[in-house]
Amino acid sequence: MEQLIQQIAAGLANGAIYACLALALVMIFVSTDHINFAQGELAMFSAFLCWQLLEWNMPFWLALPATVLASFALGVGIERAVLRPLHNAPVLSIVVVFIGLLTIFNSLAGSIWGHTIKAFASPFPRVTFPGSGYFGSHQVGMILVTVLLLLALFAFFRFTSLGLAMRAAAQNPASARLSGIRVDWMLALGWGLAAAIGAVAGTLVAPVVYLEPNMMAGILLYGFAGALVGGITSPGGAVAGGFLVGVLENLVAYFGNVLERSTGLYIVGNGEKLTVALIIVIVVLTLKPSGLFGSVIVKRV
Amino acid sequence: MPLLEVEGLTAYYGQTQALHGVSFALEPGGITTLLGANGAGKTTTLRSICGMVATEGAIRFDGEPISGKATEEIVRLGVGHVPEGRGTFTNLTVDENLRVAAYTRGDKAAVQRDMEMVFEYFPILRARIGQQAGTLSGGEQQMLAISRALMLGPRLMLLDEPSFGLAPLIVQEIFRIMRRINSEAKVSMLLVEQNAALALELADHAYVLETGRVVMSGKSSVVKSDEAIRKSYLGY
Repeated sequence: MEQLIQQIAAGLANGAIYACLALALVMIFVSTDHINFAQGELAMFSAFLCWQLLEWNMPFWLALPATVLASFALGVGIERAVLRPLHNAPVLSIVVVFIGLLTIFNSLAGSIWGHTIKAFASPFPRVTFPGSGYFGSHQVGMILVTVLLLLALFAFFRFTSLGLAMRAAAQNPASARLSGIRVDWMLALGWGLAAAIGAVAGTLVAPVVYLEPNMMAGILLYGFAGALVGGITSPGGAVAGGFLVGVLENLVAYFGNVLERSTGLYIVGNGEKLTVALIIVIVVLTLKPSGLFGSVIVKRV
Repeated sequence: MPLLEVEGLTAYYGQTQALHGVSFALEPGGITTLLGANGAGKTTTLRSICGMVATEGAIRFDGEPISGKATEEIVRLGVGHVPEGRGTFTNLTVDENLRVAAYTRGDKAAVQRDMEMVFEYFPILRARIGQQAGTLSGGEQQMLAISRALMLGPRLMLLDEPSFGLAPLIVQEIFRIMRRINSEAKVSMLLVEQNAALALELADHAYVLETGRVVMSGKSSVVKSDEAIRKSYLGY
């Protein structure tokens, strides 16, 4: 039982990271209909930036905002410089650009910081608290920071006029232009925010998976799965989907192990976590193509 | 000086020429209508003014050349466009739809006043304020579209077939409010309509478009009594 709770706790902590990446993917998807395959590598690059700042003896709680700001600027820059000129290009060209960005940032990180695995110290103090038998302090920190980030984003989109303008631009660009909204800049801003969210995710997950250029490859897949399960059109759904996938993958491994111990029969274990998670995604999407929380728009004609 | 001047406007959709040198002018304060059959170029003309289609020729708003400018920059000069199909932000609430439209305005007190003005013109929108705009009826969405254009604080409003697909009673209501907006809020209007009788009744000046050219213009009362117009557009 204790192990089960631990597994769920760990699942929630990982899920927080998947939720961030899922949200970053959704932010770009809702306004452009594109899936940014480079989102994970951008997050990895941000984690390296943060590591570099820490190496230069900057305290973590200064390095993190600096990294987030730099990543935001990087996201905006990529949209303006690379994607803006391609805004009328066919989808496949955009996909190729995303894959190009993925490999560029991957090899750039490799050539700047090397391919050897680096330790990334957890910024959260090791403290004992009620329930610390189940939750590690880094896990609690991950969940807390993520939840705070998500609440801040929710408040931004819900209560500020810039957030409202971004939603309007994503939903109906033509009407947004007719309201005087500079839609192009809203897209760039969306890219910036997505990169900033990814930076938080990358930095938080670096102490868990260790720092190296390929660290986000698997994580992006989980984030993608979370976004699809929750509903790629729904930010809230993507977040819920991220947490769901995180918990699911651990439960799959846990019950696989339980089964093996009790019957000696090995069906699933740690090695099959991703496979099973993706099978679940496929099943969900077959039964409910818009995802669990995908928005069903009520429209009267 | 005319509020809006269009000179030798040509526009293409791919290889197809939609406008063949359209010229007209709008005096400030009035309501002008563009009449014409399907495909005459009415909607294209409106979209050209707002920079939504590539054009050649001169367009001046209040003396300032605006052709070639981005849509959002033209809008910011005070051109409210009520587009074909109403352009509702279906997932946003009525309140959010109105606030999006006022996004560019810094004077929050004036925005609040305009919000009250909009609700005075269209009380039904106040009742629907928290409702997802996609769930409004067609007439309510048309009212919302006009209100959104009004929330910009425009000097000129371009209206693309506001009567389209609506019940006659609703259309009368909307046209009555449009006249009030024109006289009370001092918003000049350029109205595109298929319903020529309705448009000529509201407008004080009319231009008739045929296959991308202006073929007739004059005061509504004069155009209304023209034999050819009466037969082709008014149907009696």
